[in-house]
Amino acid sequence: MFRRGLLLAAALLALAACKDPGSAVNEPAPTGPGVKGAPDLALGEAVKAQGATLRTIRARRRLICGVNTGLIGFAFTDNRGQWRGFDIDFCRATAAAVLGDINAVRYVPLGSTERFTALQSGEVDVLWRNTSWTFSRDAGNRLDFGSINYFDGQGFLVRKSLGLKSATELNGARICVQTGSTTELNVADFFRSKGLKYTPVVVDTEDQAHAAYAKEACDALTADMSELAAVRAILDNPDTHMLLPEVISKEPFGPVVRQGDDQWEDIIRWTLYATILAEEFGITDRNVDEMRRTSANPEVRRLLGVEPGFGKMLGLSDDWAYRAIKAEGNYGQIFERNIGRNSPLKLERGMNALWNAQKPGLMYAPPMR
Amino acid sequence: MSAAMRPPPRRTALQWARTNLFATPLDAGLTVILSLGAAWLAWSLIDWAVLQATFTGESRSACKGSGACWALVTARWPQLFTGFYPEGHRWRVAAATLLLLMAAAPFAMRHAKAWTYLLAPAGIVLAFMVMGGAHVLPGVPSEYWGGVFLNLLIGVTGAIFALPIGVLLALGRRSNLPIVKALSVGFIEIVRGVPLITLLFMASVMLPLFMPTGVTLSRLMRALVVITLFEAAYMAEGVRGGLQATPDGQREAAKALGLGPVRTTLLVVLPQALRIAIPALVNSFIGLFKDTTLVFVIGLLEVTGVARQALADYAWQGKDVEAFAFIAAVFWVVCFAMSRFAAALERAPKVKPVQEPA
Repeated sequence: MFRRGLLLAAALLALAACKDPGSAVNEPAPTGPGVKGAPDLALGEAVKAQGATLRTIRARRRLICGVNTGLIGFAFTDNRGQWRGFDIDFCRATAAAVLGDINAVRYVPLGSTERFTALQSGEVDVLWRNTSWTFSRDAGNRLDFGSINYFDGQGFLVRKSLGLKSATELNGARICVQTGSTTELNVADFFRSKGLKYTPVVVDTEDQAHAAYAKEACDALTADMSELAAVRAILDNPDTHMLLPEVISKEPFGPVVRQGDDQWEDIIRWTLYATILAEEFGITDRNVDEMRRTSANPEVRRLLGVEPGFGKMLGLSDDWAYRAIKAEGNYGQIFERNIGRNSPLKLERGMNALWNAQKPGLMYAPPMR
Repeated sequence: MSAAMRPPPRRTALQWARTNLFATPLDAGLTVILSLGAAWLAWSLIDWAVLQATFTGESRSACKGSGACWALVTARWPQLFTGFYPEGHRWRVAAATLLLLMAAAPFAMRHAKAWTYLLAPAGIVLAFMVMGGAHVLPGVPSEYWGGVFLNLLIGVTGAIFALPIGVLLALGRRSNLPIVKALSVGFIEIVRGVPLITLLFMASVMLPLFMPTGVTLSRLMRALVVITLFEAAYMAEGVRGGLQATPDGQREAAKALGLGPVRTTLLVVLPQALRIAIPALVNSFIGLFKDTTLVFVIGLLEVTGVARQALADYAWQGKDVEAFAFIAAVFWVVCFAMSRFAAALERAPKVKPVQEPA
């Protein structure tokens, strides 16, 4: 009897011991101006009813960001245990905009099945976790997608020695593809619609597909572009391989929030848009202070908080976007640093170029006014 | 051993080899071919793992040789063993590991005093408090715990809390009370009929949706509850085997001595049944320890999770073999130690020397 009681007590104690303590040692206390400088919540009852997420984050002085458990270029930890990557930079930008401190983030690595539950149950505030925006996920899950921060899609990796310019020249090629995946169906559809023939080299896992391509068991490897870039990075001579320009499926990655807190959704969406607008206006982390002082462009002045009142509409202080850009740079910088030219992945901007770039892409933010 | 019991004088190694390895030309040929093959295998393994290997470096580019790239392990050993626990506080992980080993120690000793078993849950609770902070030390949320430590924590906690539950379930299954029996059988059969991974997914995906708002049970806790219950169902069957193997005469003799049913079970039946069940229980423990790697699927960064993260860093991309060879080595050491301790337990004298009550 005594023993059972002891076990029960021990179990209860263990539960108590495991409760999340308020502050944690390796989470440096937020220092930035965000908490102090943020306006008080004198925003009216309507916003109060909706701004629960922002209030929670302010109270705990930390953003909790759901991220991938490990994906090259997008979310990983370095040798010292620091999180890095494309999605991580957006977490940091969000923390800078909301709390004024890029370090005020707790990263929660999430598997692909549990990510939505973690968000719905309030375990995380937002998913910046390469999640494809689809109809059923948006409409069926009580979740909302903020916007799209990376347009991925299925493509082809080939050897440059083949001298190909386009996927339409792959007639008769042997193509390595993972069995039972949507990639297999996509590639079948693509070749049928173009009236081309191919020989599928079907393998069971991603790793086998990579190995088969490396051993030249096939002429082309097909998978999502970001994955192909990661494969190319570890091939013996990455420069002798290329990604063909065709993208044959849609995998738009975007941040995800809970349904029902529109203010928080606005904050996430406009944090992303702030980085896109910054690239459009030529604002970088280096020149943002100068632009803030000297720019006469009214949109820039509104974005950087020189014209007052815009941050308040989000429930933030007016310099929210300035802080995000100052911390992480504009969209182009985040892209190039993590997955683009300045990274081992060497992904082209492609669809992720600005809408008005020389080679136009799909990145488009509504105007700042 | 007395001289009379000694076996006949031993043959020389040469004689032994002649009868066992080179008896016929076919035997001789097979022996030569197989030993050459084994030597070649051993040599290429040593060559890869030691002679040509690189042991230090900040990324895979440091690994120039054709051998293993152990730099991955040396550069990230704090993560592989402690997860993302803050640097200045790693002593707490070491202290918690010691507490866990102490909690498990009575189960590996020949004649541990009964009260030492009661310290096991206390040791586990203390380990949790040291890790979490318990409002005395600076708090570290369980998201930051990881690596081999997390496997140990889940394994030891699961095993120690599952054992009493498993014993109760086994007794319940043999009970004459219909409701107790039905509940025990139902629990055991349902849990055993479902893969652990689905239970983990349920705990991580469905459970939070049923919790009242504001109440969150950390994912580690959810995983622990699931693994403990899962393990209890398996242990129950091991214990039941022990109970069935205990002769009925023991029970009858206890009754004749005037012991009631509770004391008969506690003092006569269970000690014998548990000893018989040791191989089955150790089997469960070892299985449980290896199953702890499954919590990776719900985002807990135990050692394979940390390794996968390292492999998602461009600096170490493609060094999967080294990462998983290291993990295999760690698991082999722990599991082998468990089976050795268990073998020692089984060899212990069957009956404790009688002690006169003071």
